[in-house]
Amino acid sequence: MAVTAGAPLRRGVLPFIAWRPKGRTATLAVYIVRRLLWMIPVLFFVIVITFFLMHQAPGGPWDREGRQLSPAVVNNLNIKYGLDKPEWQQFLLYVWGAAHFDFGDSLQSPGQHVSTLLLESWPYTFTLGAATFLLLVPIGVGLGVIAALRQNSWADYTALGMATVFASTPNFVVGILLIIVFAIGLNKLTGGNFYLPTGGLPEPYNPFQVQLLMPVFTLGALPTAYIARLTRASTLETLRQDFVRTAWAKGLKGRLVVTRHVLKNSLIPVVTALGPTFAFLITGSFIVETLFSIPGIGRSFVTSIESRDYTMILGTTLLFAVLIALVNLVVDVLYVFIDPRVRLSD
Amino acid sequence: MATAIGIAQPVDWDVPEQTGLWKDAWIRFRRNRLAVAGLVVVIILVVMAFGARLPGTPGGLWKILHLAGDPFTQDVTNTYALPSLQHPMGTDILGRDLMARVFYGASISLTIGIVVQFLILFIGGSIGMAAGYFGGWIDNLLMRFTDIMFAFPDLLLVLVFVAAFGPSFWSIFIALGLVYWTNLARLVRGQVLSIKEKEYVEAAIMTGTSPLKLIWKHLVPNSLGPVIVTLTFGIPAAIFTEAALSFLGIGIRPPEPSWGVMIEDGYAGIFADPLQVIFPAIAVAFTMLSFTFIGDGLRDALDPRMKR
Repeated sequence: MAVTAGAPLRRGVLPFIAWRPKGRTATLAVYIVRRLLWMIPVLFFVIVITFFLMHQAPGGPWDREGRQLSPAVVNNLNIKYGLDKPEWQQFLLYVWGAAHFDFGDSLQSPGQHVSTLLLESWPYTFTLGAATFLLLVPIGVGLGVIAALRQNSWADYTALGMATVFASTPNFVVGILLIIVFAIGLNKLTGGNFYLPTGGLPEPYNPFQVQLLMPVFTLGALPTAYIARLTRASTLETLRQDFVRTAWAKGLKGRLVVTRHVLKNSLIPVVTALGPTFAFLITGSFIVETLFSIPGIGRSFVTSIESRDYTMILGTTLLFAVLIALVNLVVDVLYVFIDPRVRLSD
Repeated sequence: MATAIGIAQPVDWDVPEQTGLWKDAWIRFRRNRLAVAGLVVVIILVVMAFGARLPGTPGGLWKILHLAGDPFTQDVTNTYALPSLQHPMGTDILGRDLMARVFYGASISLTIGIVVQFLILFIGGSIGMAAGYFGGWIDNLLMRFTDIMFAFPDLLLVLVFVAAFGPSFWSIFIALGLVYWTNLARLVRGQVLSIKEKEYVEAAIMTGTSPLKLIWKHLVPNSLGPVIVTLTFGIPAAIFTEAALSFLGIGIRPPEPSWGVMIEDGYAGIFADPLQVIFPAIAVAFTMLSFTFIGDGLRDALDPRMKR
């Protein structure tokens, strides 16, 4: 889910960017500024697409199951939240507000700012995502490297087999099977003395807690498998290179060959994969948070879609788009440092 | 195959075999046991799904053959039944036969997974082809648009689209097509750009081949392999997204038994009867795995330069 490296803004489109910098740091700085500027039109179109699609959706934020609100109340609510204005006016007002970091009030939680609500659920999503990310990269890379170094051994086949299965098992299936085995199964087996909790509010910013075990595994299984497969493939390819043979031939210790020559090169594609992995963790949070009743951003996004909470939907979408764009930028910049062959194009 | 120069080889005149790309690919595909197993599973699934939806058979062919029950008939006296001869997978919260529902769900998942690829091929293929072929500002515009679509997390955009079109089979279908075309567009554009530089295309242009013929005779066949592979890998992605949407309560709505809906139902009653959710969950995972194996097999088969 990357905004591609390269130059979205051509020289000449914005004259002041046409200034050519000298030196590597300056090139990098200009590149970063350009990418950040390019985010503005992207986010604008993200708002355009989300805004008009949401208002296209049948039903509105005031529809209730069972007893409906009276027309007078609906009318007043519409006036209060500016939903009585024509759509284009609402749109311009929203963009104006968003440009000033004012994302409006949530339609379903009266009097609550969207940003307040997002900040409230952020710690849960962050804790889940960060714990998963911190586990998935070393485990994925480790499995991949071990499998590649012992190609065609039982370790390789086990790692590859598991990675293949997990790479195409949907996360809700993994989560459900975990619940059945480790919550329901263990509960029955031990007579209710020991089992993993399926819900329970995880404590924010603490990656070591039993409530997170199953959610983290559920969220992380697929990307870990993906990273492991990728690492294995690229390590195998690097192992066949001439410079690795030279390293062996000149009598370098095995450990040094692997760390200095093989890993340095084979991890380059893995770094590129971190961008999509991050986006995957975000969409995975929709499902995992629903599955394990974690009050994070993913779950609140799903509920706000169901309840047509326009401002919440827009706010969350924008937040995710900004996060993904920033992570991709970081990955692309990292890439320049890791792989000296990469030149920032302009 | 290749004869070493200078060494006399016995010539086998009976086998002047000139295997074409497709026959060659099929031979290579057959060698991949996992891919063949995946293909077999998919064929079985197609038969299951086809039987469940066969027109003119109320309740499906399997009910008439007494192999499964009816996916919609409720039997409140027999809810959460354990697997038995009559109900091989048991019954759900409303006493409906689970196996019949899993078979019926296969038809939804497979239809969405496979048919959406044609929509993706149409959207992504034409955008990528146009961008690569015309280049210049058209390329720039189309690729920037692709970048913007890429800025969304895919499932999020699908959720918004499905919400906008209302929950139904067709809205999921269109939403998946409108979201998942970006990869293919980039692939096709890259293919076109690289093929454009090839000598045979230059030769074709020199001899005055019309653009349409150029596209049809040179660009399309030469970029077909990777496109087919990408689309095959798109099938499990689409199946996953449909099931995830329905599981989140935003996709296909009950009583239509999509696997996602069944998982949602089963998950609600997971403490009462864990079996209910296992069958559709395994079905989704198995189907996705099979298509991934087929995709792996096709990738190796269609790209002769790549060694495993």
